Amino acid sequence: MMTAVVGLALTLVLFAGVAVVLTSDPRRQAVTLSLFGLSLTVLFIVLQAPDVALSQLAVGTAFVPLMVLLAVSKIRGGR
Amino acid sequence: MSHYAYFVAGALVLVGGFGIARSRNLVHATICLSIAQAGTYVLLMAVGYQTNAPAPVFGSTAKPTKQVVDPVVQSLCLTDIVVSATVTALLLALSIQIAKRHDTVDPDELVALQG
Amino acid sequence: MSRTARMWLLGLGLIGVGVCYALAALDLPSFGSTFHPYRDMAVPAAVAHGAANAVTSIVFDQRGLDTLVEEIILFGSVIGAVALLRPSREEQEHGPSPMGRVLEPTRLLGYVMLPTTLVIGVDVVTHGHLTPGGGFQGGVILATGLHLLYVAGSYQALDRLRPVALFEHGEAIGAAGFAILGIAGILTSAAYLTNMLSYGTLGQMFSAGTVPILNAIVGVEVASGVIVLLARFFDQAVLLGHQRESISVPQPGELR
Repeated sequence: MMTAVVGLALTLVLFAGVAVVLTSDPRRQAVTLSLFGLSLTVLFIVLQAPDVALSQLAVGTAFVPLMVLLAVSKIRGGR
Repeated sequence: MSHYAYFVAGALVLVGGFGIARSRNLVHATICLSIAQAGTYVLLMAVGYQTNAPAPVFGSTAKPTKQVVDPVVQSLCLTDIVVSATVTALLLALSIQIAKRHDTVDPDELVALQG
Repeated sequence: MSRTARMWLLGLGLIGVGVCYALAALDLPSFGSTFHPYRDMAVPAAVAHGAANAVTSIVFDQRGLDTLVEEIILFGSVIGAVALLRPSREEQEHGPSPMGRVLEPTRLLGYVMLPTTLVIGVDVVTHGHLTPGGGFQGGVILATGLHLLYVAGSYQALDRLRPVALFEHGEAIGAAGFAILGIAGILTSAAYLTNMLSYGTLGQMFSAGTVPILNAIVGVEVASGVIVLLARFFDQAVLLGHQRESISVPQPGELR
């Protein structure tokens, strides 16, 4: 039996994931990826997993989008 | 609808795979790979969940008990999230090298093993 | 193969995988069930080894060998990325282009949050066996917290306070330290990575044997690895530029 909060968190993750895939510009994808990481963190907290939520928050909202922006900046400008 | 969580996990993996195959930019493909990986995390966490059970951390107010959420799948996801972020870094570094050597990051324009 | 043919093949593949996955998922225990055999064995073992955080106990004590391999994967991919991001022969260093003005509230937020984040990172690493946290999470928090210097200040500020060679050594020490601590297990009780220190009482700072030590080692390794990785990405994006013959405007850089 699934509570409404878990169902809502799962739906949010699904929509955010589809949004990331459908964004074609990688610079915009960094922002959507950050939001996807945040929704995934909320899902992990609702599923009673604080360790995993901490991990995902640190990695998916700060580390990966920063690297993506640096990579895109290098590919676009500094070849 | 009790299998909704498994459906979301499978949908994320398939959507990620679709994004990689349809992509016209290597960085976009790398990010879609992250989405597919996140789908596997959701599947693992969904397998370990128990309704109305607390997190597997004990302290002065939470006495040790067996009725907690499964900590084994959480340990799998935990290290995997950080390690796959560094593998994403490796893929982005590869994309930068390809951009330097071939002047393009479009997979369709990269003819393999060319000079 | 043309693009449309590839898309049709992709569609067939996705449908096939989807159908197989749906058939398999229907056989899984229903979401939220009480049937968790691994938990029934792991949680009592974690409590018996004195760790209040069962997840950290599994990561560093019961499945320590898996964590060693994951750490080596991390180490290897950082080495691979650093090797790929070496400056090529044609690239010259030019100084970072002058940044636009940083807003004052951003600067204030950065300078307030930087020490706070570093302290929180150290807290998450050291209390990993008591509260949610651990080496992996705390390491990433420390590394990304340091880069608040870049967000709130300038690249030169980050460069001055981030000696990359020190962090390269730190990463190597972290990776080797985990493996060497396992050998200490062999010396005392004939199994690699045994938890051979005293377990202590549940909830105390010095409990769970080798778990806090491994936490700290992994925290050092992950933080150093992420800082080195981001340093190489920054070098490529901010410092290095490619001299192209087709451009007639001379590059405004000087060799550092």
